[in-house]
Amino acid sequence: MDSNHNRNQVMPLDLGWVMRARVNRSAVERRITSLPARRSIKKEWQAAWFLRAITCLDLTTLAGDDTPGRVRRLCAKAIQPLRPDMLTALGISDQKIHVGAVCVYPSRVRDAVEALKGTDIPVASVATGFPAGQTPLPQRIAEIEQAIEAGAREIDVVITRTHVLTGNWQALYDEVRQFRETCGDSAHMKTILATGDLATLKQVYQASLVAMMAGSDFIKTSTGKESVNATLEFGLVMARAIREYWERTGYQVGFKPAGGLSKAKQTLAWQAMMKEELGVDWLMPDLFRIGASGLLTDLERQLYHYITGHYAARHHMPMG
Amino acid sequence: MSILKTFETLDYGPAPESPAAAKAWLEDHKRKFGLFINNQWVTPPDSTYYPSYDPSSGEKLADTLQAGQAEVDAAVSAARQAFTSWGKTPGQDRARYLYSIARNIQKHHRLLAVLESMDNGKPIRESRDIDVPLLARHFYYYAGWAQLMETELDDYQPVGVVGQIIPWNFPLLMLAWKIAPAIAMGNTVVLKPASYTRLSALLFAEIIAEAGLPPGVINIITGSSKAGNMIVTHPDVDKIAFTGSTDVGRILRRQTAGSGKKLSLELGGKSPFVVFEDADLDGAVEGVVDAIWFNQGQVCCAGSRLLVQENVADTFLNKLKERMGHLRVGDPLDKCIDMGAIVDQTQWDTIDSWVKTGLKEGGELFQPDIELPKKGLFYPPTLICNLEPAAETVQEEIFGPVLVSLTFRSPSEAIALANNTRYGLAASVWSENINLALDVASKIKAGSVWVNCTNLFDAASGFGGYRESGFGREGGIEGLFEYLRPTWQARPRPEYDPNATQKKKTPWGETIPARPTLPGKDGMDGRALSQIDRTPKMYIGGKQVRPDGHYTRAVYGPRGGLVGQVGDGNRKDIRDAVEAAHAAHIAKPGWAMRHGFNRSQILYFIAENLSARQDEFADRLASMTGRSKKSAQEEVETAIKRLFTYAAWADKYGGAVQETTLRGITVAVNEPIGVIGIACPDEYPLLGFVALMAPAIARGNTVVMIPSQKYPLSATDFYQVLDTSDVPAGVVNIVTGDRDHLTKTLIQHEDVDSVWYFGSAQGSYHVEYESAVNMKRTWVSYGSKRNWLDQHQGAGHEFLHEATQVKNIWVPTGE
Repeated sequence: MDSNHNRNQVMPLDLGWVMRARVNRSAVERRITSLPARRSIKKEWQAAWFLRAITCLDLTTLAGDDTPGRVRRLCAKAIQPLRPDMLTALGISDQKIHVGAVCVYPSRVRDAVEALKGTDIPVASVATGFPAGQTPLPQRIAEIEQAIEAGAREIDVVITRTHVLTGNWQALYDEVRQFRETCGDSAHMKTILATGDLATLKQVYQASLVAMMAGSDFIKTSTGKESVNATLEFGLVMARAIREYWERTGYQVGFKPAGGLSKAKQTLAWQAMMKEELGVDWLMPDLFRIGASGLLTDLERQLYHYITGHYAARHHMPMG
Repeated sequence: MSILKTFETLDYGPAPESPAAAKAWLEDHKRKFGLFINNQWVTPPDSTYYPSYDPSSGEKLADTLQAGQAEVDAAVSAARQAFTSWGKTPGQDRARYLYSIARNIQKHHRLLAVLESMDNGKPIRESRDIDVPLLARHFYYYAGWAQLMETELDDYQPVGVVGQIIPWNFPLLMLAWKIAPAIAMGNTVVLKPASYTRLSALLFAEIIAEAGLPPGVINIITGSSKAGNMIVTHPDVDKIAFTGSTDVGRILRRQTAGSGKKLSLELGGKSPFVVFEDADLDGAVEGVVDAIWFNQGQVCCAGSRLLVQENVADTFLNKLKERMGHLRVGDPLDKCIDMGAIVDQTQWDTIDSWVKTGLKEGGELFQPDIELPKKGLFYPPTLICNLEPAAETVQEEIFGPVLVSLTFRSPSEAIALANNTRYGLAASVWSENINLALDVASKIKAGSVWVNCTNLFDAASGFGGYRESGFGREGGIEGLFEYLRPTWQARPRPEYDPNATQKKKTPWGETIPARPTLPGKDGMDGRALSQIDRTPKMYIGGKQVRPDGHYTRAVYGPRGGLVGQVGDGNRKDIRDAVEAAHAAHIAKPGWAMRHGFNRSQILYFIAENLSARQDEFADRLASMTGRSKKSAQEEVETAIKRLFTYAAWADKYGGAVQETTLRGITVAVNEPIGVIGIACPDEYPLLGFVALMAPAIARGNTVVMIPSQKYPLSATDFYQVLDTSDVPAGVVNIVTGDRDHLTKTLIQHEDVDSVWYFGSAQGSYHVEYESAVNMKRTWVSYGSKRNWLDQHQGAGHEFLHEATQVKNIWVPTGE
């Protein structure tokens, strides 16, 4: 994860700050309703934003039926996310356009590392008892170690939602801090809050703060396995927590929505929100990732439409 | 290659909405429009025209006609003609027409939105997502009330021909607010759009014709303020509804004074936006964006006065400034902007001069470093900090994208600052503490209060002002009463022409105090020695006080003999009474803050004590008026009934939950108006007094009563009843004397919130005319009498309506 900003550090847990958090749901919803309507992005701007979104993709496969072959196919798409003829038509064939990372289960890390050899695309691995996190702590930590050992440069950890739901911020902090210390300098850590499992938006904000105080490089909405995944409402609350953390500590923490993102139009809304709430820094892959699998095909189809003026057929886009 | 550059910068580009259809529509009309009368375009020869411009480009869009007297007459006559059938059309049939209009609006949604943005300069996002959907919503909503009118509002009839004058900031939405309730209730309409923004109303005219509305029900007249005057002063217009500035509202109040026309005014504001330390500050920052940078701040209810709790003020203002840097100002048809163009150069200049004033007043200016289009009437989002209430820019409405900010220390100071204004249109309160938020919402004097939200509108909720923000409501069931009249009541046609009597020797309301009277034929004759002299005093602040002027006036019996004497009140007695009435509000607990049960107990107690002295009151009535004992007894009986009626209403008229589109609760609270001055009729000296006092105090108002001038003794006897009935000091104050003289002081008193006048046509004219000084509400008789014994005329819903003003509190829910 190339970065031109200082990496977030483990900070002391500031419970006073956590307890002062205030989030008004209806105000959040109102912002989310109006924001995409205030930021319509069209034509070549849209094409450029879509291209940028591709570079922010954590191309993901997290399924029970993942095999080395499945992972290889995904990695090939990660390296060549757009058809060469489309790159030429866009006049950017000399640009190295590839996704931000490939995200897999720990057991598939080696397959991905192998498939991505010779590129600088990092492999991200979920860990710590993904997706539910209901595994004893030593195993969860061992999972991080094993993934790093297998070559993962990014670790997506899940938190113990129990700690949030019971208001045990100290336990949450201690746990995430241990995850972060385990990642050390070997891997960047994205902390999955599993917002769909949390009770209130205020808890989302508070959990975001604690995760950042405990040293997370990124905070991430969802595992993709909760019944509600990445919504703009969750995203807005987390982005605002990131902003407040940045204002108070000077550290820029990244953000990753994941789960339920399959349409190109959705990415524009997410990107506009990042730009409006946090700034352009948070549109680049070192601070913004989108966890998705099927989304790439839709981005390709929209770019095809931009190039040709024709609506594209799904089967004309190479599978990932 | 620009893609590559944008790939790095992630800039926004233009995202224009196509004006093609709107331009084609203008071309269909050769960019020249007539008037819409009887569902036809009327273009008299030799007419003059007025150009309509796109404020973002300066491009001329079209010419529209300047109506003259003949055209206004034609439109009013078309409306009158149509009223004869439309007013009798069953509500369920009218409902179908309104429904059809709503459907047709939706069919032409985008065209309406684009044209609106071109003509007004507002962002297409707003016209498309807010103005036009609400336009349709209002017709759907009021289609419902048309459907239900015969069963739910069977005590009412339509008013007749309604003249409506609307502003340029929400040309279509204001049109909907005016027209939908009017035609739903069976009225017909002559509407004049604002000069800057006439085109969408003309497009709307075609849409209603397409929807099949009968000719003459809606007539649209374009023209200057002269045409507006012609509508307002037209004798065959029964009601005027106006939205616009307080200054023009004042003029209309004076122009219609004494005419018997109903009037509703939705005027200016300087609405507070209150942020407490425990608010979701990021949410509140977005609230400010919606409050003051919606429609370029050209919104009557704009949250233009930011009040932030001192300990979070720096944090909040820094967040706000950061946010302002993200606002995009540009082409109204661009779908990637937040603010469009100011409607006209004149308005732009006004805004700019206010900002300069703010700087002179010591304000600290912040305008973000954002790009503005080189050409066109654009004004940057502006924040002026460090101002105090003494600054003009804190008090006056700017009507542009300019926010002033102040700080406060405590909830009570926040309420005091929020209410430190002539206006009372709206307020926004931000706190995550429901106890605090709802308490503050209940104490801010404004027609709409938004808790943790702002600038929300819906047809199911009334909108309108307190104080100088006007009177009357638009939206909800409360909005219907502006377009209804009780079935028993004809349109008043007062026999008083203010222009004809200007040379009258004694100006209205002037009087010379009374002198001693020689014994006459009846009354005190022969009884003077057998009775201890008993001259009633004024009743002010719960005490019997001598008149300030130390003059006494005689009360004569039916045959001209002296039956008693009362104090001859003057300006200072009124002043003292108003002070006492205010003190009764401030008292702890204030009269309005007492619960309805307590007020009802006191009203029952008054009734009980009056009943105990029934004979004495009947005798007094008989001796003063010469009426039979039976008739006098009937009056006393009815007065007791009225007290029971309003004891009943004291805890049954609190308001309603409005079924708006908000997820959460919108509560309509029927709040007291405040201090009401009441000049009582002569025809029922006791009943008239009680029938007016009782509803006023039942609903939490405090009153200054001017009893019947001719027969004041029933009222002065009555204060003994009040004294024994636990009525708190200052709730009811009684000042006897010359009715018009006392009324004149009351109506000119700027701390009186409403005046009810049951006297002459001339007095009614003056009351309405003078009320414009602080836009106090008025309720006058125009010199006509009502049958106070009749329960519809003497105790109808009208009394409760006049005793209250509706505040809508919006409380979104969800954690």
